[in-house]
Amino acid sequence: MNIKFSSRGSTLIAAFTGELDHHFAEYARNKIEGELLKATTRNVIFDFTNLSFMDSSGIGVIVGRYANIRKLGGRVGIICKNQRICHILEISGIVKLIPVYESLDFALNALISA
Amino acid sequence: MQPINEMKLEFVSKSSNEAFARVVAAAFVSQMDPTLEELADVKTAVSEAVTNAIIHGYENRYGTIMMICRQYDNSVEIEVTDEGKGIEDIEQAMQPLFTSKPDMERSGMGFTVMESFMDKIEVKSTPGLGTTIVLYKKFGNQN
Repeated sequence: MNIKFSSRGSTLIAAFTGELDHHFAEYARNKIEGELLKATTRNVIFDFTNLSFMDSSGIGVIVGRYANIRKLGGRVGIICKNQRICHILEISGIVKLIPVYESLDFALNALISA
Repeated sequence: MQPINEMKLEFVSKSSNEAFARVVAAAFVSQMDPTLEELADVKTAVSEAVTNAIIHGYENRYGTIMMICRQYDNSVEIEVTDEGKGIEDIEQAMQPLFTSKPDMERSGMGFTVMESFMDKIEVKSTPGLGTTIVLYKKFGNQN
């Protein structure tokens, strides 16, 4: 699994590729926390467009980061196209906290306009 | 009922084996000509069961996990067994969002995900002796 970071203004985009399970959860957590320490970051978009597999360990990673980002007044969004990953997000109830978008453009528009 | 085909795999409780186990289960199930969706369902459920064994059964200590896959006409049964600490209260453990390890950022959704992607799951556990999770899936349900 790999995460590529880019940013648009104060919004950090974390683009995941590969498989996010318990084995890679700690790596993902540390990488994102490292980026969050940078002063310019306020909002975070989890881009799962190229993530091929995720189980419930991924939910823990997202919820943990969500709590930290909210504490600093930031907003969070998820981009998801893979039906199975979207389904896991739904049954976990995470979609009630974090909006899910189909593309980066939708996510950026929503986070910036709000 | 006698299985048509069967396999047994033993591996140590290392988190890198989560991916290994789900790929092996998927390879076994592939012989039954499942849809891509069904294959992904099995991979996700096996990943949850093996992760549970590693984190909760063995609490990240060294142990052995056994996976047995049995093929029937159009269904599969996958058993994931650990000889770890076991579950005191299975009903509570299976509640959505219940986790004994919130500090490790566990979501408490493992059993809910397994139930959602498989047709049936069974949990047998004896505190101090270990846990077996049995996952059942029928193929071709969409027809």
